[in-house]
Amino acid sequence: MKLIRPCLVITAFLLLVCCLAYPAAVTAVAQVGFPRQANGSLITQGGRVRGSSLLGQTFADNAAHPEYFWGRPSAASVDGATGVVYSSGSNYGPLNPALHAEVRARVEALRATGVTSPIPVDLVTTSASGLDPHISPAAAAIQVPRVARARSMSEAVVRALVAAHTEGSTLAVLGEPRVNVLELNLALDAR
Amino acid sequence: MTPRLIALTAVFFGLLAAVAVPLGRYIARVFAGENARTARVLGPVERLVYRLAGVDPASEHDWKQYAGGLLLFSLLTQGISYGVMRLQGSLPFNPTRLPGVAPWLAFNTATSFTTNTNWQSYGGESTMSYLSQALALSSHNFFSAGVGLCVAIALIRGIARRETTKLGNFWVDLVRAHLYVLVPLCLGYALFLVSQGVVQTWAGPAHWTTLDGAAQSLLRGPVASQEAIKMFGTNGGGFFNANSAHPWENPTPLSNFAQMFSIFAIPAALCVTLGEMVKNRRHGWAVFATMTLVSVLAVAALGHFEQVGNPALTHAGADQVASALQCGGNMEGKEARFGIADSALFAVVTTDASCGAVNGMHDSFTPLGGLVPLLDMQLGEVVFGGVGAGMYGVLVYVLLAVFLAGLMVGRTPEYLGKKIDSRDVRMASLYILIPAFSILLFSAVAVLTEVGRAGIMNASAAEVPGAPWHPHPHGLSEILYAFTSASANNGSAFAGLTAYSAAHPVFYAVTLALAMFVGRFPLIVAVLAIAGNMAKKRPVPPGPGSFPVDGGLFVALLLGVILIVGALTFFPALSLGPIVEHFMQR
Repeated sequence: MKLIRPCLVITAFLLLVCCLAYPAAVTAVAQVGFPRQANGSLITQGGRVRGSSLLGQTFADNAAHPEYFWGRPSAASVDGATGVVYSSGSNYGPLNPALHAEVRARVEALRATGVTSPIPVDLVTTSASGLDPHISPAAAAIQVPRVARARSMSEAVVRALVAAHTEGSTLAVLGEPRVNVLELNLALDAR
Repeated sequence: MTPRLIALTAVFFGLLAAVAVPLGRYIARVFAGENARTARVLGPVERLVYRLAGVDPASEHDWKQYAGGLLLFSLLTQGISYGVMRLQGSLPFNPTRLPGVAPWLAFNTATSFTTNTNWQSYGGESTMSYLSQALALSSHNFFSAGVGLCVAIALIRGIARRETTKLGNFWVDLVRAHLYVLVPLCLGYALFLVSQGVVQTWAGPAHWTTLDGAAQSLLRGPVASQEAIKMFGTNGGGFFNANSAHPWENPTPLSNFAQMFSIFAIPAALCVTLGEMVKNRRHGWAVFATMTLVSVLAVAALGHFEQVGNPALTHAGADQVASALQCGGNMEGKEARFGIADSALFAVVTTDASCGAVNGMHDSFTPLGGLVPLLDMQLGEVVFGGVGAGMYGVLVYVLLAVFLAGLMVGRTPEYLGKKIDSRDVRMASLYILIPAFSILLFSAVAVLTEVGRAGIMNASAAEVPGAPWHPHPHGLSEILYAFTSASANNGSAFAGLTAYSAAHPVFYAVTLALAMFVGRFPLIVAVLAIAGNMAKKRPVPPGPGSFPVDGGLFVALLLGVILIVGALTFFPALSLGPIVEHFMQR
């Protein structure tokens, strides 16, 4: 068959180029040129990895940690035995009653901390990845009084820290203004 | 549309048109063998491969030989992928000791990646070893895009050439597509993604203790290299379960813009390539303009409904109103860094093109927001579409548009000087009908069977405790979305649908694989048959009665054909799914 030989040889060649040479070249250059990013943008303090500046962390019970800013709710699942985190959204449909009940419960939990202003939607809905590292500036603002109270700090100081960890849109049109929750919480601890 | 979404859309399509020109002309040169500069570097490698393979680059194929080589190549590589996944448990590069992939899941996944669909019935990080990701899946990200590119080029050659049976040499086109287009584009792009924070390492998971004191492991991998071709190849299969929503796969608004751009880059460039190869640049731009119009309409609709939000969230006490401090809108299943605007544009781009990567969860969109990606796919993935697949798909619609115009004015329809005969129209009709049948029939079977309904997540069982099945439009939407995505070779999902479980390992795995197969290879054969038929014809010089294939009239006609065919075919199904659901909102 005059088709078989070209098919086998060219498949082997393309596998070599696309699956071996290409990823190896990218890995080599990435590890030399961008070692921090290529390995996950890890935050290390005193030789200890605290997390990644790109990944959000959740609390098992938010109410137990009034001294920290709370990130977005997460539908990611964690393997209990290994601690491996699997990214996921909730995939709730817009009319799913479970979605409505969960949002209502989260709103009530925030109201219980003394919030009287409107509750920003991003703080009570799960993110797409379950690992969203950010909240909106509005979602940070309503948590400032609670955190300041729990840490016996002035609200102005906390607000300044929030501002320092707020990033605007990129090039004016890309992305939303946002606050990196883990970096903000670590900065609070460092004070 | 918010001002930011308008600005974002304008910048996006402006930049797309600007980049399409050089890239499209370069692609035309590559497949004409006139890319002198890159050939100086890689030419020796290319010629060595042909020598080893026993390929004479000067000897060209007719459409049947071209199709034969293409099908054999696809079958062989699909077989390799299936084998690697099944055996990954005893193969190297498996740091988390994952077992072999179950038979039907491996069959479904191998079909999925071979057909450029990248439907994922599995969670990436929890199912596939590094070897499977790199060899069984990433390989097809290149190959399926390369194959699509070959078919588009063969069809354009068929239109441009005269009185020949030859469409080019498949092996030469395939090697050139990879060596001169896909791999070089991906190399630079992958490194850009790394600079933004996409991980690229074989070092295994990262471990840490959270602020809460919990020990966590986060899987890493060679994500950036896979991500680059996932986008440029309009594949869409993510390394992680959350796909381009995962911050290690798509960390910043800038990486997000690049990802959207790279989905459309080659399909948009092919409009320019078309203009170059048929020596009618205005025709290429007319096709580009039609595609852009449909896309912008879709962005406006999706952006609007997601920004208005979900009334139920307001009832539950959440504030969805946009302000200086928050984007507001329906943020369930969306990332804070992207907000509504970057999520809406991404969803349209990924479903206009047959990409299927997601940066937000489509299942959680508002009913009419979710209708947009569904309808995008049902239009046949011809709005930019997949790499190559979008171009050959839209050319089928162009033939139909020209044919209808000819019928309306009572002249023999012709396209670029070539008379369209009944064989062309028969093949074009098959091209339109096969996916439509696949979508509607498979969906009907799934809705009517217990095992099909078992996969639904967002039925209203919770509203009616104890009821095993209570019909809910969102359940129909989930099923309809799945078979639309599979038949259109898209790969995105209303991911609440459980398409694979230990209890039901066969039904969706097999039906979706069939839909993906039917939506790919029979269509390619029909397209190559059209190409062979067109190539044989002798063009007649355009006369005063020739229908112009540039300008506003042509754009309006093409737009009309695409929208009317899509809407008439799917409106009844859509009205029972998302449209009813919209009116159920309180």
